[in-house]
Amino acid sequence: MNLQVDLREENSVQHFKVVGEIDAFTAPALRERLSDFASQQELQAEIDLSDVEYMDSTGLGVFVGFFKQVKENGGHVKITGLSNRLKRLFDITGLNEVMDIETQKDEGGLDDATV
Amino acid sequence: MMQPYDYVELRVPAKPQYVGVARLTISGLASRVGFTYDDIEDMKIASSEAITNAVQHAYKDGEEGEVVVGCALYEDRIEIMVADHGQSFNFEETKKSVGPYHDHEEGMFLREGGLGLYLIETLMDEIKIHHDEGVTVFMTKYLGGEQVEKDVETVSS
Repeated sequence: MNLQVDLREENSVQHFKVVGEIDAFTAPALRERLSDFASQQELQAEIDLSDVEYMDSTGLGVFVGFFKQVKENGGHVKITGLSNRLKRLFDITGLNEVMDIETQKDEGGLDDATV
Repeated sequence: MMQPYDYVELRVPAKPQYVGVARLTISGLASRVGFTYDDIEDMKIASSEAITNAVQHAYKDGEEGEVVVGCALYEDRIEIMVADHGQSFNFEETKKSVGPYHDHEEGMFLREGGLGLYLIETLMDEIKIHHDEGVTVFMTKYLGGEQVEKDVETVSS
């Protein structure tokens, strides 16, 4: 029940790969990890959540905070690999309207059904 | 009128590392009642939100308290109570004292855990909140389909 954040840079885009569970216990570490980059000018970031097994409002809070700060500095955040479960969280909170999110690909066509 | 139920109570230190432990327990209990995967995932989020709020309350007040999570397992539903004051509660008594949740009245609570409370409201079928010596959140989830009938019964509100 831990959280791991891996980072690699590709074509000037910072790719964050988040693995594990995001809750009140793990969110502070995630926030800290992201905050190292949030103040960069024109940061291009992609956050892959395909291996996040659980997330609640603490995770949403971290991503919203990061999104706002990056946007203020002229950058862009894209969240990718959302499972149906995670997508639902963004949908019911209306954050899907504000943030750039992408659902998981190649998942037995389940995602296609919701298009 | 009162239906029989199994009652399980969990007391954890008001620390973030125990939110996940409580969540897993509730997941296991919900599975016993027979909820679907999606309903269980919803309940995991809703209960974590309530427990997180309780933990953050305790943290802010600098207390080393406990969070009490009470689960009543019925044939057709699960009732979960989360209290941020360490005293073990009498489930039936506390249940009587919690009132319906009103958006506008919960200003304080909303500002602190706004998104969390919204999620509880969305993911569970009923939510009630009680402020006394602490905050008690009381939430109910019905087994698939049941909530439709129940909603009709309580539509008078």
